[in-house]
This record gives sequence, structure tokens and C-alpha cells, in this order.
Amino acid sequence: MHMADALISPAVGGTMWAATAGLTVYSAKKLKAEADEHLVPLMGVLGAFVFAAQMLNFTIPATGSSGHLGGGMILAILLGPYAGFLVMASVLTIQALFFADGGLLALGCNIFNLGFFPCFIAYPFIYKKIAGDQPTRGRILLGAMTSAIIGLQLGAFGVVLETLFSGISELPFASFVLLMQPIHLAIGIVEGLITAAVVSFVWKVHPETLTLAKASASAPGHSHKPLLVGLALFALAAGGMLSWFASTHPDGLEWSIKAVSGKEELEASKAGVHGVLASLQEKLSFLPDYDFKKPVGEKEVKADEDKEGKAGEEKSWPEVSAGKSLAGVLGAALTLLLAGAIGFGLRRYYAR
Amino acid sequence: MSHHLVEVTELHYTYPDGTSALRGISFLITHGESVAIIGANGAGKSTLLLHLNGCLLPQAGTVRIGGLPLNKKTLPQARRTVGMVFQDPDDQLFMPLVYDDVAFAPLNLGLPLEEVEEVVMGALARVGASHLKDRPPYRLSGGEKRAVAIASVLSMSPSILVMDEPTASLDPKTRRQLIELLKTFNHTLIIATHDLDLVMDLCRRTLVLKDGRLAADGPTLTLMQDEELLASCNLEKPLGMQGCPVCRRA
Amino acid sequence: MGNLESALFNIGYLETLAYQQTPLHRLDPRVKLLTTLVFIVAVVSFGKYEITGLLPFVIYPVVLIAVGNLPPGYLAKKVLLAAPFAFFIGIFNPLLDRAVLVHLGPLAISGGWVSFASIMLRFTLTVSAGFILIAGTGLNAVCLALDRLGAPRSFVLQLLFLYRYIFVLTDEALRLARARALRSFQGRGMGFKVFTYMIGQLLLRTLDRARRIHLAMLSRGFDGEIHLLRPLHLHGRDVVFFLGWSGLFALMRWYNLSDQLGRLVTELFQ
Repeated sequence: MHMADALISPAVGGTMWAATAGLTVYSAKKLKAEADEHLVPLMGVLGAFVFAAQMLNFTIPATGSSGHLGGGMILAILLGPYAGFLVMASVLTIQALFFADGGLLALGCNIFNLGFFPCFIAYPFIYKKIAGDQPTRGRILLGAMTSAIIGLQLGAFGVVLETLFSGISELPFASFVLLMQPIHLAIGIVEGLITAAVVSFVWKVHPETLTLAKASASAPGHSHKPLLVGLALFALAAGGMLSWFASTHPDGLEWSIKAVSGKEELEASKAGVHGVLASLQEKLSFLPDYDFKKPVGEKEVKADEDKEGKAGEEKSWPEVSAGKSLAGVLGAALTLLLAGAIGFGLRRYYAR
Repeated sequence: MSHHLVEVTELHYTYPDGTSALRGISFLITHGESVAIIGANGAGKSTLLLHLNGCLLPQAGTVRIGGLPLNKKTLPQARRTVGMVFQDPDDQLFMPLVYDDVAFAPLNLGLPLEEVEEVVMGALARVGASHLKDRPPYRLSGGEKRAVAIASVLSMSPSILVMDEPTASLDPKTRRQLIELLKTFNHTLIIATHDLDLVMDLCRRTLVLKDGRLAADGPTLTLMQDEELLASCNLEKPLGMQGCPVCRRA
Repeated sequence: MGNLESALFNIGYLETLAYQQTPLHRLDPRVKLLTTLVFIVAVVSFGKYEITGLLPFVIYPVVLIAVGNLPPGYLAKKVLLAAPFAFFIGIFNPLLDRAVLVHLGPLAISGGWVSFASIMLRFTLTVSAGFILIAGTGLNAVCLALDRLGAPRSFVLQLLFLYRYIFVLTDEALRLARARALRSFQGRGMGFKVFTYMIGQLLLRTLDRARRIHLAMLSRGFDGEIHLLRPLHLHGRDVVFFLGWSGLFALMRWYNLSDQLGRLVTELFQ
């Protein structure tokens, strides 16, 4: 579930990094204003807890495979959305740095997928609405399950979109979605069960801790507007950026279209993204309420024909500089040898 | 006129879940005394200690530190005067490096950076841990952690040092080193411990707690010979006073 | 449970590596962090069929490993261990993209295999760069770098605290897991119920510990702000490092040095 750097493009990575950085700054500000920085020791230790807890596996009966905790929901419930997000971000950062569980450029994506969705969407809009102020056992279970499942579905969908827009992997949208969502449904169910069980356990034994979240979380409703406005702006910016990207690097969307529709290019007239989306929509009937269709015009006008965008390697489709000739292979071998030699030389030098 | 440094009068405390931990404790401690607080588990030692630097505020009765009554407003001063070393050094050393932990208190007190450097190196030297200053705490041995924990409190120059089970889980040699170190301190020492031989070595005076009340308050040597008293409080004589283990004679 | 022990070992070992005193370790952490990011962006910005253009980038990890006295075998193992996700997504490429792209002598290689190789190459490069960053700098220094580069203070503190207590908590989790294992006789593995109890226990202990830490902080005058010392000074060699490598990355990005080299050599022989 953690995205690797090998599968993303700079545009996607950069955009998500910007989004995550914005969220981090926002959360830190909210934390300072509303709660205390007295929460910091608790946050640190809970982060270590999530990290340690993720290492404990249990066996799922009848399948023989093992499952473990993700942690986003528990953190949101115990600490509130802002602190929860920061803690989740820190856990993911440590995992990326020490275990390459997710790349460094992709860290922005991962924090967004695994932190934003549980803490800022699933928790306030689902868990709190269900379990809220009177957490009975049943409500905790229902709230935890629903929020965990939905949070993870959103996260998984995020991975799909990010991979898609990066254009490195060949997986087409439909197949990828069919791959990711069911798996994460199962993971979500497990996560929901664990979260519910742990929260109920803690609540029974130590009810004061659940009020921690109330003390530091915002009052329901009032402060989410700026966040949502920010998100809307971000979505516009991202959409704009991605459509620029799509128009200068048509590969990304084109191959997915090609794979899904089996055609080289789309029949409909394309005014950049709109035409593309209209076609997608036809094929997949997704988001049927949104009307992307522009008047279907005449023959195809390739989006990248008149642009003066990057001419580099990306434009050449499907030409490639993978070394068609001897020179290419020779060059590759020599480069590696050279690098190795430099490495050895340096090592001997510094070992003195 | 002796300057009472710590003055506790009729102190009561009950935990939120109803357990009554302290039921009226009164004592006076003066400058430079070394006092031990002993008693069974659950007798109230830790609770009493937590009152001495304001981690807990009295529900009834008063606590005066250096003449000032302990309340929300006087907390900062009380915390400057009383340095508390907790039982688990891992709870106390929370910064990335040893240097940071020892610098934590002086920085919070607002000392300028050059003074902080002086104070930190001084505190580390005092406990013999100068060579550890750039290490992360989790790489220290038990004894080293304890030494650094003490340094982290010394760096705020308190007049009173309160310690909770300082010799727990230390190997004999490290324990001996700690005792020797504490002997060199000029501070007022208040030590809660099960280590009765430590008490014999270090503390002239002993307070015995039983069920939230003071069962005895007097010179260590006298108290440690009162077998009845000790037995009634779940204690026994220090090993050093128990007689030769081979020939069984006192 | 093996997970816990190996995780502890890994973090501890990387930490030890970070404490060495080599020219790499002496560089300013901000510079190392930024150079790593430039490297990753450069590598990742290639088109998906690129292979030879990526190869010269190998020089960066190679040089840093040599200068920083880092163990190549250990790092290679870690890269391998991290490979599954990228591998399993990447392996679809050869299945989906079968149009023949290139001929190597008698061999016809489809685009899918080329892009798959490219993915694995990117993976190796970016992941090594990440490990080299942490092994050559240490987390404390990376956090300091983040702080000075403008990351929110509470996030940096969060990272530092987390790291400080990872050992303590994984230790506790390990003890709990061992205690259970010693009392289980079917050798099956943890059931769900026991698992949640353990996590619950761990959580309660964690909360307790947090309370005690907070008390310890208050006892030393904590008023809500944590001060991070250690000023960072930028030296000439730091700037040279950053500009030099970034310049090289830009050069390698725009000119396929590997191909150039190959062409040069074949021309020499003709």
C-alpha cells in the first residue's frame, strides 16, 4: 500500500508533497492554537506505539495469512484529527527512511493516502457521527468498522490515481481498481475490528483517555470549513496541474485509454482533458452525475500536436532510447564498470 | 533558628478512583538533611514524593517549600527548588541526546546559551558522565542512565534532591558508585526506597509510612533496630544489621 | 515477533552507522537531504522506457557508500527486502505491454520488459539514496535539517520523540510477545482476541508512560515550548557538494552519458 518512488513521476510526487506539507503546517498550527504542545510527549510515545504494534501479527483463521494494525483510526480517535495526522505522518516518515516502506518522494502521497483520509475524512465525518459522545460498545464497533473501511478504500483509490497519473506502471485504471479495492476492503475490515476492540478495551479500563481526543479535537463542525476550502483550492490546483501535465505528456492518460478502450486515440474531439475524461466516462461510467462531455466534433486533434512543451524523451512514443544498438549496450556496461571502479578506488582511499 | 526547607502539615490525598493514599502526614525537614522515606508498597511513598514538587497539589493540608506554600502560582519556584529523579530513567530522558536532556531545565529557566553550556558540563562532570554528552539515551546502560537522569536535574541547581528508588535494578558496583556519589552532595536529600542498606549508608533520618500515615519519624539507627515497628510496616532490618549469614549471630 | 527483533536490529544498526566520522557524515544534513531529493526527482523524471540514461546515476550511491564507509552488502539486502511492492506492480508491465520495442541482436524485447527493468532500476537507485541518507546522517540530524528548512516544529519534535521511544516500546512489545509465546503450546501464532488484548495492554502502558514523561518534563520547568539546540553552520564544502552533485544530475539527465560513452568507444574501434 505504500507507494514507491519507482512508480511515480515528479509531477505527481511534487503535487502530493505540496498537499501533505500544507496539511502538516495546518495541523501544527491548529495543534498549537487549540490544544497544547503538552500533547507532544503523548504524541511521540503513541507514534512509537503504533510502530511497535504494527510489528505484532496475528493469524487470520481459515486463511493462514497474518494481519496487523494500520493505526490511522486509533490515532485519530485518541488524539483528534490534527495530532493524529501528525503522528501518522511521523510513523510513515520513519518507515520510509529506515525500511524504504514507501519512497521519499512518494512520502507525500503515502502520508496523504494513509493519514489524510482516516484523520480528516473518516474520523470526523464517520466515526464521530456514529460513536461521538456516547461510545457504547456497539457504536464503537460500527463507527470503527465503517470509518476504517471507507478510510482505507479512499487511501487505496488514492494509490490507484497516483500511479495512473504517473504513467510509469502499465496497469490500467479498471484492473488496478479491481485489484486494490477488494484487498483493501478486507484490510479495512480487519483494521476496523482491531480498532474497535482496542478502543473498547481502553474505554472499559481507562475511560479518561478517550476524552483526550475531545479535549484536543475541534468542536464538531466549526473548524472544518477552512480545511475544506483549502482542499477545494488544492483540488483545483491539482486538477489544473495534472491537466497541464496530461496535455504535455499525453502518454500517461493515453496509454490508460489505450489499454482500456483498445484504441490508439480517442474518437471524440479533444480539447485537452475534457475529451479524455468524456471518453473515460463513457467507458467506465464513473461519476455519472458529472458532465464532462464537450460537443463531439470532428477528427482527432492530438493534444500534443501544437504544443511547444517538452520535446525530450517523453514525447517519443513509442520510440525509446533503451539502446537499440551495440553502442547502447556497450555504453551501459562501460558506465557500470566505471562507476564500480570509482567506488572501489574511493573505498580504498578512505579506508586508510 | 533553623530554616525549614520542607514543611508538610496534615497532608491528605485521595486518588480519583477513591483510594486514599495520604491520610494526614506532617513533618519538617531542614537544610542539608538526608532523609529516607520507607514503607510497604502502597503505603504512599510515591504519592508523597509527587507532592514535593507540585506534580500533585494537596487536597487538604499544606506543603511549604522554602517557606512558600505550594499552590498553582508558586509552582514554578517550587520546581526550581526541588529536583525530582524518577524511578524509571526512560521517563526522564526524553530528548534526542544526553546533552539535550541535561540542557532541558536550564533552557526552560531562560539561561543564555553560554551559561547553559557551563551548567550542563558541570552537571555531567558532577556525576561522572561527561563522556556521554553526545550519546542518545537509549544507548546507555542502566547505571549510566541513572547518572544522566541525576545530572538532568542537577543542571537546574535545586536545593533539594528528591529521588524515587534510585538503586532499583542497579548492579552492586554501580549501586555502590551511586551511593558514594550521593554522599558527596550538599543538597537536602529525600529518598524513597526499599533499599534499607542505602538508607543506613546515606540517611541520618528516616520517615516510615504505613497506610498513608507516618508510623515513625526519627534517627535511622534507632528506627532500624526497632524490629516490631519494622515488621508491622512490612519491613525488616537492613541486611547489614541482620547478622552473619554463616554463623547466624548478630 | 521476528519482525520486532529485526526491526530493532535494523534501526539500531543504521543508527550505529550514522555515528561514524567520515567526510560524508561531517557534511551539513540539510545539504544531504536536499541532494538526495534532487537525485530522486532526477531519476524519477525519466520516461518510462529509459534504461541507459539511468545507469550513470549509479555513481551517486557508489561514491557515497565508499566515502561514508557504509556496508554495501547490508544495504543491498535492505533494498531487496523493500522490493516487493514495486516488483509486483511493475511485473504487470510485461504482461500488458507486449509491443516489441527493441531488438538486441536476435532477441526481441517488448516494451513491457523494458519499462519493468526501468522500474526496478529506478527503485534500486531511489531506495539506495534513501538508505544512504539515513545511514550517512542519522535521524536526529535529518530532523534538525527539516527543522531548519522550515518544517513545523511540532512535527520535528514528534519525529524526535517517536524515535527516542521506538526502542523502549518495541522492547515492551517484544516482551509481551515473548511472554505469550512461552505460554502457548500449539505453536500456531496469535489469535485475534489475544492480539487485541496485547495491543490494548501496550497502549495502556504507553499512555501511562506518556503521563510520567509529561510529569518529568513539568518537573524541569516545561512550559509548552521545547528548545532544540545545536546550530547548523554551512561550510564551503557543503555548498560544493550540493551544487556539484546537482549539476552532475542535471547533466546526466539531459545527456545520456552511457550512450555517449558507448558511441565513443565503438567509434574508436572503427
